[in-house]
Amino acid sequence: MHPVRKKRIIVISSIVLVLGLALGLVMYALQQNINLFYSPTQIATGEAPESIMLRAGGMVVEGSVHRNNKTLAVSFEITDFVEKVRVEYKGILPDLFREGQGIVAQGKLNAEGTLVASEVLAKHDEEYMPPEIAEALEKAKLNSASSNTSY
Amino acid sequence: MLPEIGHFSLILSLFFAVSLSIFPIYGYWQRNLTLLELARPLTFVMTALVSLSFVILSYSFAINDFSILYVSQNSNSLLPIWFKISAVWGGHEGSLLLWVLILCGWTCAVAIKGHSLPTDVRSLVLAILGLVTTGFISFLLFTSSPFIRLLPEAPLEGGDLNPLLQDIGLIIHPPMLYMGYVGFSVAFAFAITALITGNLNASWARWARPWTSVSWAFLTIGITLGSWWAYYELGWGGWWFWDPVENASFMPWLAGTALIHSLAVTEKRGVFKSWTVLLAIFTFCLSLLGTFLVRSGVLTSVHAFAADPTRGVFILILLFLMVGGSLLLYAIKASEVKSKVSFGATGREAWLLLNNIMLTIMTLTVLLGTLYPLIIDALGMGKISVGAPYFNSVFSPMALLLMVFMAIGPLSKWHNTPIDELIRKLSLPAIISLVFGGVLAYSYELGLMAWISLSVAAWVTVLTAYDWFVKVSSSSKGIIPRAKMLPRNYYGMVLAHIGMAVSLVGVLFVSVNSDEQMVRMTKGDVSVLSGYEFYFDGVKHFQGPNYVADQGQITISKDGDFVAHLTPEKRFYDARGQVMTEASIDNGLLRDLYVSLGEDLGDGAWGIRIHVKPFVRWIWLGGILMMLGGILSAMDKRYKKVSGARI
Repeated sequence: MHPVRKKRIIVISSIVLVLGLALGLVMYALQQNINLFYSPTQIATGEAPESIMLRAGGMVVEGSVHRNNKTLAVSFEITDFVEKVRVEYKGILPDLFREGQGIVAQGKLNAEGTLVASEVLAKHDEEYMPPEIAEALEKAKLNSASSNTSY
Repeated sequence: MLPEIGHFSLILSLFFAVSLSIFPIYGYWQRNLTLLELARPLTFVMTALVSLSFVILSYSFAINDFSILYVSQNSNSLLPIWFKISAVWGGHEGSLLLWVLILCGWTCAVAIKGHSLPTDVRSLVLAILGLVTTGFISFLLFTSSPFIRLLPEAPLEGGDLNPLLQDIGLIIHPPMLYMGYVGFSVAFAFAITALITGNLNASWARWARPWTSVSWAFLTIGITLGSWWAYYELGWGGWWFWDPVENASFMPWLAGTALIHSLAVTEKRGVFKSWTVLLAIFTFCLSLLGTFLVRSGVLTSVHAFAADPTRGVFILILLFLMVGGSLLLYAIKASEVKSKVSFGATGREAWLLLNNIMLTIMTLTVLLGTLYPLIIDALGMGKISVGAPYFNSVFSPMALLLMVFMAIGPLSKWHNTPIDELIRKLSLPAIISLVFGGVLAYSYELGLMAWISLSVAAWVTVLTAYDWFVKVSSSSKGIIPRAKMLPRNYYGMVLAHIGMAVSLVGVLFVSVNSDEQMVRMTKGDVSVLSGYEFYFDGVKHFQGPNYVADQGQITISKDGDFVAHLTPEKRFYDARGQVMTEASIDNGLLRDLYVSLGEDLGDGAWGIRIHVKPFVRWIWLGGILMMLGGILSAMDKRYKKVSGARI
C-alpha cells in the first residue's frame, strides 16, 4: 500500500475507534448522571418525578430544622416563598447551613413528596448565592406578582 | 498617593504592551531591524511597570491601607502578615494582577533566555505575548482595577480574607497554577510566530518544547496543590470533585500533555506539523476558557468570585478574538504545510498519535461535561448538573487505556516496530503485571476494577524499568556510565510516567478501599473504623488571632496501642461571621486518618466525620514526580544549543 495512504488509514481508523469508545461512554454516563434542578413550587405541583435523583434548592425556612437527638438525622423545609418542601438528610450539614439561607439538596422524592437528600450544599460565602436558587426565587416572585394582579 | 502611582504605572504598562504588540510586527512586515530589536527593551519596561504596581498593591495590603476598596474587602488588620501578602491574590482583581505579572515574567524570560533565537523569531514571539498582555491589562484596567479608592470615607477595618483562603496551600497554589496556565502562552506565541513566518519546520517545535514542559510542570504542581488543599481544608476528605473550576485547570493540563508529546514527534520526525500548531493554540485557548469560567460566574463553583456580567463579556470577547484570530491565521497558513514522512502502524509515531487522539478526546469529554449544564440552560431545557459519576465513568476507562499505551510507546522504534518484536518484548511484562495486580487486589480483598488498575500501574512501572534496563545494558561500557549518558529528556519521561502509575495506585485505593463514617459523639464515646478506635474526649474552646475555635480532642488507637492524637477544629471568623472546618489528619505513606468536626448538636454532642484513607498521599506524590519529570526534561542539554536555522 502507498505509505501516505497507509498513514491516513491508521490516523482515521484510530480516531474513529477512540471517538466511538468515548461517545459510547458519554452517552451511557449522561443517561445516568444528570440531575435536573427543581424549585419547591415545581415539586409541590407535582412536576418533579418520584424516586429519581434530582436537585432542589431554596431558602431554609426559619424554625423548621428538627434534629434527632440520637443520630445525625435532620429534617428541614426549603421554600421559594411560594411553596415549601420538606427535606430529610442523615449526616453532617455544611458549615454555611443556616436557617434563612439558600441551599441546594440532591436526592430523591418519596411518595409523601419529601426529598430524601444524599447531599446538601450550602452557598460558599456570605455574598454568594447559587444561580439556580437566585433564578428560582426570581421566578417565584414574578409568578406571585402576576397572580396578585390577576386576582 | 501610592495606590495612584500603582494605578498609573499599570496604565503606562498598557501603553508599552500595545507598543510591544505593534512595533515588532510592523518591523517584521517592513523588514526594519530597529523596530524588531525594540521588542526586548519594551518587554523589560512593561514588566518593570507591572511589577511596580504589584509591589505597591502588596505594600498596601501589608500596611492595611483600607482606603483601597480591594484591600478593605480582602484583608483585615488582625490577619497574620503572610496571609496579608497572599490576600493580594485572594480576590478577583488581585489574582488577575498576579496573572498579568506572571505573563510579563514569562515574556521577560523569553526575552532573556531567547538571546540565541533568530532576531525576527524572538521579536515576533515577544510581540504575540505583548498582544496577550494587552488584552489582560485592559481587562484589568477597564473592568477590575484593584486600585479603586474608598475616599473620603475609608473604613477603619477590612472585611477580612475569606477564611477558606487563609492557608499555606493558598499562598502557593494560585501562583503555581497561573505559572502553568500562562506559560502555555509561550508555546502559543511560538506557534503563531511559526504561522506568521510560514516556516513550520522542526525548529519551532524545538524552541517551544522546554517552555511547554516547564509550564506543564507548574500546572501539574498547581493542580496537585489544589487537590491537596481541598482535601484538608474543605473538611470532607475528598481530593477531586470534578468541580467546573477544577475541570478548567484540568483541560489545559490534558491538552498540554498532548502538546508535549506531539511537539516531540514534530521535532524529531517532522510529522504532525500542523496538528501540533493547532494543539498549541487550543491548549492556550483552554487556559483562557478556564479563566472565563472562573471569572464570569456562569458556573456554580467553590471558586466563583462574585459574578459581574461585564467581566464575563470582556473575557468572552478576548477569548473570541484570540481563538478566532489564531484559527484564521491557521486556516490561511497551515494548508501550505505538507509532511512527507510516513510511518507504520506500530511505529512510535503511531503510539504517540494514539496518545494525542486519546488525550484530545478526554479533554473533549471533560469540556462536554463542564459546559453541558450551560448549553442545556441556554437552550431552555432546564437546569441540570453533571455530577462526578459522569466524569468517573467516562474518564476512568479512557485514562486506563491511555496508560496501557503509554508504557508501550517508549519501547517502540521510530517509523516502525515489527509486531512480533513488540509481542516478544511485551508478553512477559504483561503476565508479571497481571499476576502482581491480581495478588495485590486479592490480598486487599478488592474487586475486578482494582485488579485492572493495579495491573496497569504495574505494567507502566515494569515496562518503564525494562526499557531503561535495555538501554543501559545494550553497550559494553557498563551500566552506570551508560545510565549517565541517557539524556535528561529521557529521565524526565521516566519520572513522569512512573508518577502517573503512583497516582493511579493512590486514586484506586482511595476510591475502592476508603472507609468513612459520620457519627454523633459525646465525650467518652468510641467509634471503630477499619480496626482503628477513635476515642472522643470532648472539645476545648480557644481564641485564635482572628477567630475563636472549638477544638475536638480525639485519640486514636489500634489493638490497644496509641496511634495518634488528633485535634480537628471548628473556627468562627468574626469579621465575616463565617464558620470554617479545620480537619486534623494523621498522615502516613500507606494511610491517612482524617477527622473533622461537624456541627455542635447541643448537650456536648458533636457530629464527627471520620475517614481512613489508604494510599491517599500517593496521588500527590505522583503529581510531584510528574512535575520533577517536566522540569528535568526541560533541562535537557539539547535545548541549550539552538540551531542557527531561521524559521
